[in-house]
Amino acid sequence: MIDANNVVQQITKGQLFDFAGGVHPPQQKSLSNTTPINTIAEPERLYIPVKQHIGVQGSIRVCIGQNVSKGEPLTTSGNPFAVPVHASTSGMVVEITEHPSAHPSGLPETTIIIEPDGHAQWQLMPVITDYFSEDKVTLLERICQAGISGLGGAGFPTHIKTNPQKPVECLIINGIECEPYISSDDRIMREHAWQIKQGINILRHIINPKQIIIAVEDNKPEAMDAIKTACIDDTSITIANVPTKYPAGGERQLIQVLTGEEVPHDGLPIDIGCLMYNVGTCYAIADAVLHGKALVQRVVTLTGQALKAPQNVWALLGTPIHHLLTVGDYDPQRQRSQKVIMGGPMMGFTVHNDLVPVVKITNCLLVPDREELPDIQDERPCIRCGLCADACPAGLLPQQLFWHSKAKEYDKAQAYNLDACIECGACAYVCPSEIPLVHYYRKAKSDIKHQAAEKEKSEKARERFETRQARLLADKQAREEKHRLAAEARKKAMEQKGGSDAKDKIAAALARAKAKRAAAQTNKDAEE
Amino acid sequence: MQFSLSSSPHNRVRRDTSQVMRMVCYACIPGILAQTWFFGWGTIIQISLAIMTAIVTEATILELRKKDVSRGIRDYSAILTALLLGICLPPLAPWWLIVIGTFFSIAIVKQLYGGLGFNMFNPAMVGYVVLLISFPISMSAWLPVQSMAQTPYDFIDAFTVITTGYSQSGYSLVQLQLGVDGITQATPLDAVRTGLLSGMTYSETLSSPIFSSGWGWSTGWSAVSIAYLLGGIFLLQQRIINWHMPISMLAGVVVTAGLLNMIAPDQTGSIPFHLFSGAVIFGAFFIVTDPVSGSTTDKGRLIFGALIGFWTVIIRTYGGYPDAVAFAVIIMNIAVPLIDYYTQPRTYGHQS
Amino acid sequence: MTLITALIILGVLALIFGGILGYSAIKFKVDADPLVEQIDAILPQTQCGQCGYPGCKPYAEAIANGDEINKCPPGGEATIKQLADLMGVEPKPLDGDHGVEDIKKVAYIREAECIGCTKCIQACPVDAIIGASKQMHTVIIDECTGCDLCVAPCPVDCIDMLPVKETPKTWQWDLAHSPGEQLGDIPIKQVNS
Repeated sequence: MIDANNVVQQITKGQLFDFAGGVHPPQQKSLSNTTPINTIAEPERLYIPVKQHIGVQGSIRVCIGQNVSKGEPLTTSGNPFAVPVHASTSGMVVEITEHPSAHPSGLPETTIIIEPDGHAQWQLMPVITDYFSEDKVTLLERICQAGISGLGGAGFPTHIKTNPQKPVECLIINGIECEPYISSDDRIMREHAWQIKQGINILRHIINPKQIIIAVEDNKPEAMDAIKTACIDDTSITIANVPTKYPAGGERQLIQVLTGEEVPHDGLPIDIGCLMYNVGTCYAIADAVLHGKALVQRVVTLTGQALKAPQNVWALLGTPIHHLLTVGDYDPQRQRSQKVIMGGPMMGFTVHNDLVPVVKITNCLLVPDREELPDIQDERPCIRCGLCADACPAGLLPQQLFWHSKAKEYDKAQAYNLDACIECGACAYVCPSEIPLVHYYRKAKSDIKHQAAEKEKSEKARERFETRQARLLADKQAREEKHRLAAEARKKAMEQKGGSDAKDKIAAALARAKAKRAAAQTNKDAEE
Repeated sequence: MQFSLSSSPHNRVRRDTSQVMRMVCYACIPGILAQTWFFGWGTIIQISLAIMTAIVTEATILELRKKDVSRGIRDYSAILTALLLGICLPPLAPWWLIVIGTFFSIAIVKQLYGGLGFNMFNPAMVGYVVLLISFPISMSAWLPVQSMAQTPYDFIDAFTVITTGYSQSGYSLVQLQLGVDGITQATPLDAVRTGLLSGMTYSETLSSPIFSSGWGWSTGWSAVSIAYLLGGIFLLQQRIINWHMPISMLAGVVVTAGLLNMIAPDQTGSIPFHLFSGAVIFGAFFIVTDPVSGSTTDKGRLIFGALIGFWTVIIRTYGGYPDAVAFAVIIMNIAVPLIDYYTQPRTYGHQS
Repeated sequence: MTLITALIILGVLALIFGGILGYSAIKFKVDADPLVEQIDAILPQTQCGQCGYPGCKPYAEAIANGDEINKCPPGGEATIKQLADLMGVEPKPLDGDHGVEDIKKVAYIREAECIGCTKCIQACPVDAIIGASKQMHTVIIDECTGCDLCVAPCPVDCIDMLPVKETPKTWQWDLAHSPGEQLGDIPIKQVNS
């Protein structure tokens, strides 16, 4: 458990901690962070996946042909882990179908397709201006109804996180944005610092933390100034200027930088008294509470040298990326093979086609030209140089994990704490042999997960099989018992009917047969 | 529109294995120049022979193993191994010596263990030790510093001695080994060793002409060490090598030599003598830093380096051979898995 | 005399060490799972009977008694390898007589065609089909092991074995599943679709 007052004292003195490893990839933020967030035209169709967060999928409450308003929920569920999705603009539901997902697999997911009517007619929730007098539950309910899940990348339902069962020492607002190229948080801090501050106030009212820290990386001085201005008359908020190093924005790394404490490997930040929110999430919370607006849009960075007009835009959730590529003036000629990365160069994933929609966790579309992020060569043998271990922010030995993952010795990989890997990509970034280390780990992790699931399933199958066998056996025994009893009853009945008479007859018959056999035997002997 | 797929991270540092290996090769240049300056052209010829053998051997075996040959050669690892082995051999050693050594290094020590990245021993050092044990006379036939030699030799001489055993004017290797005083000039380590064995004190052994000052500074040899030190500093500055192993090895040498010298100043060499008379500097920056056969954790690297330094001085002082870097490295190569196992860093969020 | 001393010393030593060995054999006895249990834990528990035994447990018993380890198609190479490790024998290729390794499937009943004969219910080794006589039957997908045993008994052929659908959640980072060129030791990197 951390001591928030201590932490804040140290931060005000300018003392921050460091996390192990880390790398300094070229920032490339200025490609996109120089112009204000652009508002763009609505696309022809919106593709809204019904599940955009970690948790349970809600059930669809609209049907094809139905007209929906902007901000109208499309799904509903009683499950606390379900977060609804909303119509990003007003229009008609034209299709509910399987559509390529905004996921590395690109596998189809249930998606509601809306054709905008061009009016962008809002259906607002009642505005809560006086949130100070509202109780916690009302506000949490609003956050849930507005469909807010972490906008930083993980997509964890915000209302669950905001209802911790332990006291909160430190509320940390994450404005680090350590991934190169991405500037969506940077821009939203510069332009909407005041609304972020309002979101923080709402969170403070709900959580009641001892201290609030806003962390901004020192490569974003303008954002820092904006946040400082917004918080100028609020002395209870501490602003930390965090040195630029990737991945300082990782939840666990940032906690280490600010507090010097580590989150236990099997625990959550709340176990040491920390809660962390992305600045975008704070913005969305303020929108939901103070303006009654559901989460229907987010800032997306369009960047990369293959775009002639890199910029930040307010993209409606569900906007297919071809629309954004048009906005960014995509020039396919600048790429050797057409490739679009959703997210940053370190942790982003390539999308399968241009119909993939923007979802709640989409913070960036990176379209590199052929020189920028060169195609990765075939891997070479590991020379055990140890650069990966020097870069690992989790203190792991990536090459050992690599050996064991590659050899599918998953028990050994786990002994080297494979599950502590945050897949930040620092190891693969520095690897001189160009080994796609992270891919090996992800493969190993999903294999382990898969094996565990299989194991569980086969265990269940075995139980069911054995229960069934036992039941069949019991049935059989019961049947046999029944037959036996019936036979006995018959016998008894017969005995009662025929008395000892029957028995004598059998004995006589047996005696006759015996005599006959003996006679035959004597004859045979005589012949010989 | 369909897009092509790849796995994150999409960005990479643009310094690959072959670049790393090439940088180490370049860093050897000052040392090689110094060696050539003091001991003649032989070293250059040895290195060329070694590189040729290495490329042929590596290519053949990669071909037999059905691997991509040109890619395998272009990682420069075989060339670096050959270069290091070539540097270690006496300049005018017969040609078959370096060919056997390089072949052994590449074919047996490296490729039979699975190729680059899988060898548990330092290929150059095992090659060197195999030669040292198999052909001790040829392997100890070092030349006098050319300015002190009775018959200095030129490039053509070097070539003919290495290939035929005789120089253009008919001198044999043994004759070329004579110093101006007509005595076969020993290496500084040899001189001290032989001196101590014949009952002299350490300071008395320093009267050998190879030493130019009382504290163990030897003509030529020490300058070569300094040249390799420059190369090593370049590697450190370029972050090609980690500081852990070279510094801890030097520290190991200093501490061990210092302690022994304090206990028995007459029987053991001084710290500068140990540092600058043999392969310690070269070993610290170019041999123990071989990533493949070394330890991979920070703490492990410190232990690995320090113990190599320790063994080097111990074997030099009490062992059967004058120099011992190669033996020390091989001994510690064996211990690497153990060291790595016990020096794992603490994972984030885990108790130590 | 020396001879006798030597004999006595050796004898005493033999006794002492014998005692130690005997003691430790009892004291440090490893309570291992009985072999059959260990084998059974490796088998996939589909209970399909393709091995020729009526279920995984009977096959486990047969292996323990010396039967071949390569008769389990649902387990495939992975299971054979694990069994080989456990039994200390060389892995063998799957015995083709018992079937081939296939992708994972589960049974679906085309419910409109089901006549409610209960034959599949009786065939299902894990009670994963529910229904009653003259009533429509259905498969509990989560419990189905994909053993195929219900397909043959169905008089109207209304049971389909359909591949288990991959979702983003169960996806295992096989970027190579997209068609295209493949580089490197693992199927990733530049995969053009």
